[in-house]
Amino acid sequence: MTSINTTAAGVEIEDLDVSFGDTHVLKGANLSIEPGEFFAFLGPSGSGKSTLLRAIAGFGPTPSGRILIGGEEVAHLPPWKRNVGMVFQSYALWPHMTVRRNVAFGLEERKLPSREIATRVDAVLEMVGLLDLAERRPAQLSGGQQQRIALARTLVVEPRVLLLDEPLSNLDANLRIQMRRELRELQQKLRLTTIFVTHDQEEANTTSDRMAVLNDGVIQQVGAPMELYDNPANLFVATFLGTANVLKGLVEDTDDGAQFNSVDGVPIPLHTKERGPRSLVFRPQNVAIAPANAPVDSDRVRIAGTVCHMEFLGSIIRYGVSVGADTALVDDQHRRGAPVFAIGDEVNLFLQKDQVTTLKN
Amino acid sequence: MGSVFAPGQRGPALAGGLIALFLLLFLLVPMAQVVVVAFQDPNTGAPTLINFVDFFKTSLFQESFINSFYVAAMSVVLSSLFALPLAYFTTRFNFGGALLIQTLGIIPLIMPPFVGAVAMALLFGANGSVNLLLDEWFGFTIPFMEGLNGVIFVESIHYFPFILINLSAALNNIDRAMEESAQNLGASGTRLFRRIVFPLAMPGYVAGAALVFIKVFDDLGTPLLLNINNMLAPQAYLRITSIGISDPMGYVISVILVAFSLLSLWVSLLALRGKDYATLQKGGGGLMRRDLRNWEKIGCYAVVILILLLVLSPHLGLLLLSFGTIWSFSVLPDAYTIDHYVTVFSEASGYITNTLLYAGLAALFDVIIGTGIAYIVWRTGLPGRKWLDYGATAALAVPGVVIGIGYLRTYHGINVPIADQPLASWWVIIVVALTIRRLPYALRACVAALQQVSVMLEEAAENLGATKGRTVWRIVVPLMSGGILAGFVTSFATASVELSATLMLVAVDSDAPLAYGIYEFMQSAAGRGPGAALGVIGVVFVGLGTYISHRIIERGRVTLESTAIVAEGAAA
Ligand SMILES: Nc1ncnc2c1ncn2[C@@H]1O[C@H](COP(=O)(O)OP(=O)(O)O)[C@@H](O)[C@H]1O
Ligand SMILES: [Mg+2]
Repeated sequence: MTSINTTAAGVEIEDLDVSFGDTHVLKGANLSIEPGEFFAFLGPSGSGKSTLLRAIAGFGPTPSGRILIGGEEVAHLPPWKRNVGMVFQSYALWPHMTVRRNVAFGLEERKLPSREIATRVDAVLEMVGLLDLAERRPAQLSGGQQQRIALARTLVVEPRVLLLDEPLSNLDANLRIQMRRELRELQQKLRLTTIFVTHDQEEANTTSDRMAVLNDGVIQQVGAPMELYDNPANLFVATFLGTANVLKGLVEDTDDGAQFNSVDGVPIPLHTKERGPRSLVFRPQNVAIAPANAPVDSDRVRIAGTVCHMEFLGSIIRYGVSVGADTALVDDQHRRGAPVFAIGDEVNLFLQKDQVTTLKN
Repeated sequence: MGSVFAPGQRGPALAGGLIALFLLLFLLVPMAQVVVVAFQDPNTGAPTLINFVDFFKTSLFQESFINSFYVAAMSVVLSSLFALPLAYFTTRFNFGGALLIQTLGIIPLIMPPFVGAVAMALLFGANGSVNLLLDEWFGFTIPFMEGLNGVIFVESIHYFPFILINLSAALNNIDRAMEESAQNLGASGTRLFRRIVFPLAMPGYVAGAALVFIKVFDDLGTPLLLNINNMLAPQAYLRITSIGISDPMGYVISVILVAFSLLSLWVSLLALRGKDYATLQKGGGGLMRRDLRNWEKIGCYAVVILILLLVLSPHLGLLLLSFGTIWSFSVLPDAYTIDHYVTVFSEASGYITNTLLYAGLAALFDVIIGTGIAYIVWRTGLPGRKWLDYGATAALAVPGVVIGIGYLRTYHGINVPIADQPLASWWVIIVVALTIRRLPYALRACVAALQQVSVMLEEAAENLGATKGRTVWRIVVPLMSGGILAGFVTSFATASVELSATLMLVAVDSDAPLAYGIYEFMQSAAGRGPGAALGVIGVVFVGLGTYISHRIIERGRVTLESTAIVAEGAAA
């Protein structure tokens, strides 16, 4: 049993635009977040994640478009009428109040009886394991403790949606991993619709059910982490999520079907119906590397190249292979006694057909 | 729908409207009145320059104008003579510097010049202590206090800290590496001074000098107490009080005073443009300091002690006067007594209670209005919000006499229903004048305090259900409290010894505050003792106030650090 009784609400965002004066920061965002879902906004710094999150909470410039929480249009409501809980990147604990007063604030503003406030504050502090620090000031707490208090302060008002803006970025690496697990567990327990902003894909992958990748104020793709990794919709998503090799070129018709010709003329036979300018995208760990004179397996995509650098990383060997003017990275599982290629060796790279993606440039 | 303001902007809009109305009624309209009357034909009401022509044709006014200008300019010269060696010693030599500058910089400022003026006459006048001694020992005297000399002398002792503080800040701001690189490139001695030190120190000096000039130029109390009437501010006061508020000369003088104020504010702004000493000081470190040889040390200390004695002399004189029985034609009073204090507390305690009331209310209004303006300007998107800031700051350019004249002219005909007397002679108008006069300083304190509060702390409150108003009340004001309190105390302290506007607005003696009481007492020889006792009480108010606000600011630094820590991530 938990002390927090939230009713999860879905969030719908329709054609949302946000501008700071003349700077158009968020461009036509559309999203549908399910009740109880753990949803991440992932993107590089400056991509508009915070702006989108803050628009949901009612901060920042007045947006155009619609925001619905639990089916209710909120775009015209001031922040204090939205009942969405937000945890700020730097926690924003009030330095002039004790932990208890910080946590009680939202309940006091809701004019609850003081007895109920006391019990609920105790319960939520118990839940985050910091009941014994209730009389301290925020400045007397460690970063991790401050973070939990900020979370408790938000959860105690039982918000319809929990918004987290880079909540882990001010913690050190170990604590970050621990906290993201705790966050996920808590969210699962409370079944609370949660939106988590991060620029760290590992954080997004490990916590979220689904995520939206943002770049330059535009939502690039929405989906489960693995789905996006495996089926990126465009080059930005492909390269932002993990390492990807990208060869630019043209898919053309030949007598034997499709053939990809890279910009500097390396021909690669493909099995695809697409034609036109495309990029060939594949991940280093999906490539098999073999000597140029080894037998060719026609079921697989073959790319000829020359080893141009080699790094031994322990479990894998990372090769750089020149393919025309490009360099493809290849991660080869290292096994004891397995042959190792030297710089200058002519090699063939083999890829299962389904491990190669062609994306528009 | 239906409101032009975004949700949560209605409250600030209302507050902003009220503040704007207050500034309009008690700053802009009275000032506009003054200007209009100055350019109006007294008989026909037609726009004219005739009043200015009359002014410059009248020999008394010509003389007053020249005298005011001469006194202000000479005060800058004499202040510089005090300030330059002190600034030089402390920035160039290893010489117990910082503390000395601070003390010297504050002591004179906690006593308004008019308070010490009479005591200075007793110490330095023709038959004062110093001249009696000089005559006895060396057979000559120095006319320190003869005529305009007295005003120059008293004002310089009071206002030289403005130059000292600004100049020291500028000198400390010079990067040692700059001096070293100049030496490295072959510049040294006088060339170094001319090429590096002088240009870098000049803006600070000019800013300080401009302030001294205008403070002296505007001052009413000091010349009046020294019985010098042929200067501009006293003439304005005398014309209005003796001939009446319809005489245009007071208004002409007011316009001239305001014009000079604007000019010197502009000069000092220009000089300091883009130079933030407070922050740069950390990086500078000042010029290379060297140790003094013994005889140099003696010389330095002699100069410093001489200046220190001069600076302390008004305080000392006032103290002697307040405890002395009879003090005339003698080096020291004949005997000592606490009678004057007894007199003050038994007969004149009304001055003190009035002061506590007026200065307390004025300081309260100042921080309320200051906080309001700061919040509206920095936290809302209300159209025209900057004008509140400009409006409140504009009060800097308006001398007290001019405020007084403006209020008399604008509000003598407006009856206050409950008090059943004209607004211009109701005691509340004194509070309003003090509020307007101190507002620019309180506003700066409030703005500084607000800037320390991270916006995120406010957003967190709104997110948890607090409206804008509740957020201001529960988060913003408590976090600003240190700065607000410092602003309150400073406003209170300085308002409690403000004379120039008060002098014109006190209608009945029972409404008079302390500064007015000092002025009244000092008019007669018999009143000097009690007047001095009142003066000492005033100095204690100001001194305590200054000390307390310093302590608050110091303490604030420690607690604000935690705010800064919390707010750190805001930029990320
Ligand atoms: N207050 C503001 N005024 C003007 N531009 C802003 C403001 N806040 C953010 N921006 C701009 O909006 C863009 C997106 O910012 P933000 O949403 O904070 O990005 P993210 O959180 O993804 O790092 C950035 O280019 C940033 O410069
Ligand atoms: Mg951000």
